[in-house]
Formats: sequence, structure tokens, C-alpha cells
Amino acid sequence: MIRAQVLICGGTGCTSSGSKAIQQAFNEQIEIAGLSEEVKLVQTGCFGLCALGPVVIIYPDGTFYSRVTTDDVPEIVSEHLLKGRVVERLVYADTGAEKVDNVADVSLSDTAFYKAQHRVALRNCGVINPENIDEYIAMDGYQALGKVLTEMTPEEVIDVVLKSGLRGRGGAGFPTGRKWSMARTLVPDADQKYVCCNADEGDPGAFMDRSVLEGDPHAVLEAMAIAGYAIGANQGFIYVRAEYPIAVSRLKIAIQQAHEYGLLGKNIFGTGFDFDIELRLGAGAFVCGEETALMTSIEGKRGEPRPRPPFPAVKGLFGKPTILNNVETYANIPQIILKGADWFASMGTEKSKGTKVFALGGKIKHTGLVEVPMGTTLRQIVEEIGGGIPNGKKFKAAQTGGPSGGCIPAEHLDVPIDYDNLIAIGSMMGSGGLIVMDEDNCMVDIAKFFLEFTVDESCGKCTPCRVGTKRLLEMLTKITEGKGTMEDLDEMEELCYYIKNNALCGLGQTAPNPVLSTLRYFRDEYVAHIVDKKCPAGVCKKLLTYKIDREKCIGCGMCARQCPAAAISKTDYTAPGKKLPAMEIDPQKCVKCGACMAACKFKAISKE
Amino acid sequence: MKSLAELAAIREKMKDRVVLREGQGDIRVVVGMATCGIAAGARPVLSAFVEGVANAGLSDKVTVTQTGCIGICQYEPVVEVFESGKEKVTYVKMTADKAKEVIEKHLKGGSPVAEYTIGQNQ
Repeated sequence: MIRAQVLICGGTGCTSSGSKAIQQAFNEQIEIAGLSEEVKLVQTGCFGLCALGPVVIIYPDGTFYSRVTTDDVPEIVSEHLLKGRVVERLVYADTGAEKVDNVADVSLSDTAFYKAQHRVALRNCGVINPENIDEYIAMDGYQALGKVLTEMTPEEVIDVVLKSGLRGRGGAGFPTGRKWSMARTLVPDADQKYVCCNADEGDPGAFMDRSVLEGDPHAVLEAMAIAGYAIGANQGFIYVRAEYPIAVSRLKIAIQQAHEYGLLGKNIFGTGFDFDIELRLGAGAFVCGEETALMTSIEGKRGEPRPRPPFPAVKGLFGKPTILNNVETYANIPQIILKGADWFASMGTEKSKGTKVFALGGKIKHTGLVEVPMGTTLRQIVEEIGGGIPNGKKFKAAQTGGPSGGCIPAEHLDVPIDYDNLIAIGSMMGSGGLIVMDEDNCMVDIAKFFLEFTVDESCGKCTPCRVGTKRLLEMLTKITEGKGTMEDLDEMEELCYYIKNNALCGLGQTAPNPVLSTLRYFRDEYVAHIVDKKCPAGVCKKLLTYKIDREKCIGCGMCARQCPAAAISKTDYTAPGKKLPAMEIDPQKCVKCGACMAACKFKAISKE
Repeated sequence: MKSLAELAAIREKMKDRVVLREGQGDIRVVVGMATCGIAAGARPVLSAFVEGVANAGLSDKVTVTQTGCIGICQYEPVVEVFESGKEKVTYVKMTADKAKEVIEKHLKGGSPVAEYTIGQNQ
């Protein structure tokens, strides 16, 4: 009889911090302690608190252990599993809860990180074993497919999705129900239709789709079958990037298990409905996340976008009507079918319903995945859930939407986040990457970083994107090197709008957003680079000078030893009270690596 | 799989396995499992509760868990029952047979078995 379960995160984050070895160690120790009959090990998907990995949760009490090493395992087994004593030193400290009786306040659900969250798309991630279809079924899995096939007409399914107000979670926010309805009705005599899943998650900093595929792959399969029934398709494709090996292998297992149970394949639930899903691995080109490029790539051709219309709902994959939805969008569907459109529409704001998963990254304490109702403010996400900014630094901006999005400054921290509000303040939802920046980040440098990304990833088919982004990047580089002029700023802005209006696909049309939004909110930083030849955040190397304060320098020479360019030498000045002559930096030789500043124990070196 | 009934059957069969992870039931049965408790025979008591609760179909309502030394070693094995809104009940010198009785009368029936509580055994 199983009385306790040890859940070990097998997501990509925790796997890379060693969760496989920990699982092995638990196996051995549980065997040694003779608890194999009582304690069960379960490998799950991502819990969301990637910064604290590897993560282990022990149920029924739900004790949350973070940063576990293989050396800790014997102690956890002998103390917690055998004697029932929580290993306090490994428990995540920020529980935000009062201690009640002898019920340990160490449960994951008590932490500030989880309390404000509302998990719909991520509901099974970190709860079930993604490689076991039975566990998914135990959590009401495939009930929605059963309901749809036996009790609902395709029109009723589309109606529920439409009424729920679900919008595409890939970024653009197109109403999902409308997309399905178009694919069902626009080409009435189509002999073949397709259902595609966009799992080509490419925004720097976004990893929610990966986590859903790794933690709850069956939810996506079930939703795609429901979509197939709704639009009249019996073939699905999941386009997933090859850089996600764990997601790929779990999808393969899930598809095979669903086949064995007859939940994919011919005559599902004896209703005569056939549906099958194939995987297609992408080679990692960012442009293949764009819908027309993605379908071109599935067809086996070079992944390049094409003009729309015709829209995929009319002429998509292999020229047939096709719907393409994002992983997170699909993950919401089974819940909407089971709990109803009203339940889903009760969450969120007027025009953005439900919840959204954000991948928190950058200068934030709790790097990880969070799912909150639409309309939650950025402040709540950053300060409450994310735990604020480490090292007492000040919040400067949050970047949403990756290379297509923009920066949100502190003045907009209290804006409720939804699709329309983000666009109004010059950013966009994107797939939900949220990168937090503090006073040490240079906004010109950030814009340059994203431009470097789009220049690399531009497919080259249309000139505005291929040449335009390259020219933009050159102007930005010029500014970060202190060679920019005020005229460059105006020219840059003009070029941004030109690219936006003329590029062929979403990649080019949104590529200037990082520049435009930083220009809008942080123009003073651009001006500081151009007029004062200074980088206020101290990031742009060409504008930095390192200096040694000769009154503070004791002449120990630590800095000179660290300097890779031999740019530091002795002076003939000895400060009062010091025994050795002070050092100085030759600005001609200095490569601005900062090694001297890190080495100085007397805070005598500064940069400006 | 040919029918929804089969799906429902798998769901029922698997439910016990995941219900453990769905958060906590209304009632918590905590078995003292420090060295003294184990030496006094807490392990069969714990097993009796785990199995008994599952067999009685109470898995949704009752969470069986363990704790360390409760501090009254001479009364081990000690079992405490927490129920929201009610006073904690402490059972002492438990055995597997007594556990079955507690499941039947207290967890299922709602009235504590007075003769096994600490008040009656001092």
C-alpha cells in the first residue's frame, strides 16, 4: 500500500541541474530503507520554480524541498520518509504562512510564489507523471474528448470555445473559436483538413510551451483531437523544435500510449471518428514560429513565410484548410469543454479571458513559470509572485513579448496585463516571456540585443526585414559606441515604422518594437549615449572608463595581476597613511573587462 | 479502448494514486513515527490507517501522514486526528486493531473512540 509519494521534477531545468541522479539515489535509498512497498517515486513535469531546482515534493504533506543534491537523499529518506521528520534545512524558506500546530508549513501551495497563481494550462504540470497516461486519465484526462464525441456536435464545440473568449496564446491573440469556425465553414467541400500545433517556441526567455509538453503532453493531444472533430480534420501535426529533446521524447511516448488505448487512431470511443497525430521536428529557425513558414516547413520545404491571404483556414498545409494553435492554447481546451465556457470566461478581463502563463526571467528572485488570471498587474507578478529584484536593486523595466515585444517601464507597473493593454503601452503579450531588468541594464543595449537576434533570424525573403533590421542594428551599434548623432534617432524611428509597415510577416513587422518602446520610454538614455557619450547603466563598454582612486589605493597590485591586457601599473604617488604607491589604469590599453574592479578589496576602482 | 465506460474504469482505478497529490483532506491522521514510535510498533499502525482509509473509501476526505516525536514516548504509538473546526483527538498506545476501530467509529462515524484517547490512559 502506497502511503507517500516522492515527486521529482523531470523538466528541462531540473534535469540539467541533476534531477536524474537524484531519482536514482532515491530509488536506492528507499530500497535500502525497505520502503519500496510504501513509497512511490514519480517523475513529473515542471513545477515552475526553476531557480530552486532540482525540486522534490513529498506527498501527502506536500513538503517542498529545493536545491536537493544526491548527498541530501539519504537524510530525506531516513528522516522524512522513515521517521516523518521534515528536513528543515532543505525546505524552501519563503512560505509566507504561519505555522499551524504541528502541521509543517512547508507545503508548496503555501508559498507566496504559488498562492497568487491560478493554474489552468499548467494544472497537471508537476502533479502527474507525464509518461503515464493512466495518471492523466485519473485527472479527468480524455473525458473532454469523450464528451465531445458522444454528446456534442462540432458546431456546439466551436460555440463553447467561442463563448469562452479564449484567444491564441502564441502572441497575436486571435480568438480561437473564430479560427476554428472559419476552418469548418469557409471551404465546405474540402476533402482533407489539418490540425497543427505550434510548439516552435523561439522567443528568448520563453519556455512555457516546453513545460506544458514536458509536464502534460496528453492535454495537447486531447485538445488537438477535439479540434479535429470540431473542424472536420482527422490528421494532426505537432511542429516542435528539436532543441527540446525531453518534450519530443515525452510526446512520442504520449502518442504511443494514446494509440494503445485507442484514444488516437481509428474509430475513437466507437464513434467512427478517426484522428491521428504526427510529430515534425524543427531545426530551430525563429521564423518557423510564424504560421505560414511553419506549414511550409512541415511540407518539407525551406521555412519561409508567404503573404496572407489566403489564410490557413482556407489554404494552409498542403493547400488544405488548416488550423494552427499554440501549445498553451490547446492546454486550455479540455478544461473549457469540461467546465464550460462560463467558467473560463469568469476569469480575466473583459476582452482577455482565462489565465496566462509567463516565463519569469532576468533580474528576479524566483526565475520560473507562473500562471495568473489575465488582468493581474505587472507589479503583482514581479513583486509578489516573483519575489522582487535581488540585491536591493531598483526595478527599471520588464520586457514582454521577446523580440516582437517591448519594454514596460516602472510607471506602468500597475497596468492590468491583457492583450489590449500591453499593445496600448507599446509592448505585446507575445508567448509570455517576461524579462525583468534593473538599474544595471542599459536600455540601448537591450534593444541592440533583440535586434541582433532578429538580424540573425530574419529569413531573408523580404527586403524591409533583411536589410532594414541590419541597418537598424548598425545605427544602434553606432550609438552604443558613442558615435551616434541626434539625427540618427529620428532616422532610426522613421526606419522602424517603414519596416513595420512593409515587412512580409510577423517577424519583420514586430522586429522594430524593442527599439520603438525603448525610444518611447527611455529616450533620455539614448540621449546620454549620444550627447554626453555616457552609458548611465555602465554597460556599453566603448563609453566606459575604469579609474583607480589613488587616495584609496593601497598599492597591493591585485588589480594588475588580474588585468588581461597589462594595462595597470604603479604610479609614483603614495597616499597618506598607505605604505605602497598607488596603481593607475592606462585607458589606451584597458579592454574594460572589469576584472580589476572585481579583484579590488578596497573599493578603490570605479567605472563611469 | 472502446467506450467511455472503460475510460471511467481506468479513472476510478487510478484515482487513489493521484488523490494523495490533490492537497489535503478535511481530516488529517498523523502517526508519530520517531524512533520511539517505530520501536513501539507505529509502522503496522500507519499501514493499518493507510489501508483502512483507502478500503473505507475515505481517501478524498482523510489524509494519513506521519510526524516525528510528539514528546510522550511512554504512550507510543501515538496517533493524532486533526479535523478543521474540532478539537484535536490524541490516541495513545495504538495497535493495528485499534486503528481499524478508530477508522470505523471516528473517521467514518464521527465520534472519537474515548477509551483509546490520552485522557482515558493517564
